[in-house]
Amino acid sequence: MSINPNARKAIFERLRSASFPEKEPPSIDPPDFTTAASPPVGVSELADLYARQATLSRSEVISCSLSNWGTTLADLVQRKRFRSILAGRNTWISGELSRQIPHDSLSWFDEDMFSFKLRLFSEFDTGITTVRSAVAETGSLVVWPDTQEPRSLSLVPPTHIAILRASSIHFDLAGLMQAEAWSRGLPSNALLVSGPSKTADIQRILAFGAHGPKELIVLLIRDDLPGT
Amino acid sequence: MIIEKPDPQAFKSRSREAVQDPLLRRNIREAMDFLVDRRASQFPDQAEFERLRAIGESIRKDSLRRLPQLLEKLEARLQELGVSVHYAETPAEANALFRSIARRHQARCMVKGKSMVSEEIELNHEMEKVGVSCIETDMGEYILQLAGDRPSHIIMPAIHKTKEDIAKIFAGKIPDTAYTDDVDELISIGRRELRTHFRDAPIGVTGANFLVAETGTIVLVENEGNGRMCTSIPEVHIAITGIEKVVDRLDSIAPLFKLLTRSATGQAVTTYLNLVTGPRRPGERDGPREMHLILLDNGRTQAYRDDRFRATLQCIRCGACMNHCPVYTRVGGLSYGTTYPGPIGSIISPHLLGLESTKHLPTASSLCGACGDVCPVGIPIPKLLLSLRQASQNTLPPSSQPLIGQGSGRSIPEVLAWKIWRLLYANPQLYALFTWCATRMRWLTPSYQGGWTRARAPLRPARRSLRELISQQEGKAMRKP
Ligand code: SF4
Repeated sequence: MSINPNARKAIFERLRSASFPEKEPPSIDPPDFTTAASPPVGVSELADLYARQATLSRSEVISCSLSNWGTTLADLVQRKRFRSILAGRNTWISGELSRQIPHDSLSWFDEDMFSFKLRLFSEFDTGITTVRSAVAETGSLVVWPDTQEPRSLSLVPPTHIAILRASSIHFDLAGLMQAEAWSRGLPSNALLVSGPSKTADIQRILAFGAHGPKELIVLLIRDDLPGT
Repeated sequence: MIIEKPDPQAFKSRSREAVQDPLLRRNIREAMDFLVDRRASQFPDQAEFERLRAIGESIRKDSLRRLPQLLEKLEARLQELGVSVHYAETPAEANALFRSIARRHQARCMVKGKSMVSEEIELNHEMEKVGVSCIETDMGEYILQLAGDRPSHIIMPAIHKTKEDIAKIFAGKIPDTAYTDDVDELISIGRRELRTHFRDAPIGVTGANFLVAETGTIVLVENEGNGRMCTSIPEVHIAITGIEKVVDRLDSIAPLFKLLTRSATGQAVTTYLNLVTGPRRPGERDGPREMHLILLDNGRTQAYRDDRFRATLQCIRCGACMNHCPVYTRVGGLSYGTTYPGPIGSIISPHLLGLESTKHLPTASSLCGACGDVCPVGIPIPKLLLSLRQASQNTLPPSSQPLIGQGSGRSIPEVLAWKIWRLLYANPQLYALFTWCATRMRWLTPSYQGGWTRARAPLRPARRSLRELISQQEGKAMRKP
């Protein structure tokens, strides 16, 4: 069998010949998708809810402040003995990263995937990224890869450290998409990430680290609290 | 690797075998109970479930109503983004598209995320014929591919295997692997093996949970991260899905995602919601340079054109209907001999494969209604099963266009039996005569009564009919002073 150049035409003809005797379905405009009766609105409430929910799905959430997140990260790197860390250049965290992480442990994702593949899959134990925001209701990060922070940075290294600012957290996905007008245009890849990768495909027993990171650590910068 | 070709015509014999396998029955029962409980914990409030379901249903209905326009809109957006859009009427045509893309890149290997549509077209098998190995990367599917087995559930494909089974498969099929039934170890073996494939394969293949017309986005819902690997690492990404998956607006994704994850595995959210909008853009360092979307018909337009069957296409493939189905729970997914088992399989397979080979499937239901009750997009599955039963007996109203294989379930003895039944039950004198004879000659009842006695005691008329007993009682009462 070869490719059928008329497939599109034939399919559309059949679709257009359909009859619709039933009446119009009820309109759902404007949609209300929120499930909570009174969703929290304050940044602190949202940050607390996010941390609770994210912990439930095995994210490790570490609270810190705008002034001490760098040293918190340095402590973490030391405590967990991360030796080979990958990050994106020219982000709002990159300056602090190069100050806080020993130079022989830190690399920048500068190369094209094609030439970088072998190193990417063998060398790095940790990837550090910024995140755009988070969803408190489900404890999910919004990861927004770009030219500086490629998609594989939060995927291939066994540990993913994400730097999240409390003030960016929204209550739910629907509200977030609306507030940030996602429908006006999306990047080539946008992600909601809720915990380390996992599977229950073997006898329903939950195991972490299926194909993506085995560990997800979130530095939650409480920029809502006074003195930060 | 030879995999037995599935055959829905063998449904009855295969389900009889499955019912007699206590271990299999226990595995499936436990798994389904688990999923049923998990789902229930996510929808503690029935009213809230119904509110969400009404939203999901109207999004899917509205999308189907405008399907041709939405496909055009999607196509236009995807073309702007640089994605090639292809259509295939049949599995063979879809496979031809895969082959030509693979040939152009001289690919010998593809990594594939979980995709039921790729199962529908038997992609792995067809690619193997031309020397391209298509590697399943979802852990469950990977296990089955190693074992030469088939998925028995659309969400948890390897649900019929125990961890000991899987330990044996890994030790036997993966070089230098010792037997271990520790689940963490098994998963890390799978991870290690598959990572080399993610790294080396030139093509990644995925399905799509939803397609968004206004943004040109392919939406993938998963926990493992293999879908992300397939859409991030290889130079080429091919997505394949059914033509019905498109919705107009991005804001429809939030409620559909919520309904899908809660209904499927009872999770409030999966680990990843992956929104892919076109190939790698200028300045980006990873992501595919080339992207294709293959939209498959394969009988979907047959369901679409008829108002009675269109709701079949509302499905978001959550699997809740099978988890709650008393038939599925007893016979298991493999008995159906189709890509999609359970209630959803029974309503979609007749369109994909024709009624001739699938006529038994719509009868594999007690019509208890559980499937319709839990369906997150309000598909009236029992009603659809009844319409398909009618179609297989060729009794759909003549106004409708016939389905492929319509009338193939009609049997002369059955038609005769019903004719006689109608005659007897419509005429009081005949009916009285019939019951008088049946009760007086009950010693003549045969002990073999076709399908009925295969698993049950033969039916025997009572000594006297109820009418007779009542009139005797009344006679006695009258005679009393
Ligand atoms: S028919 Fe409904 S319950 Fe069954 S898989 Fe489809 S969406 Fe889920």
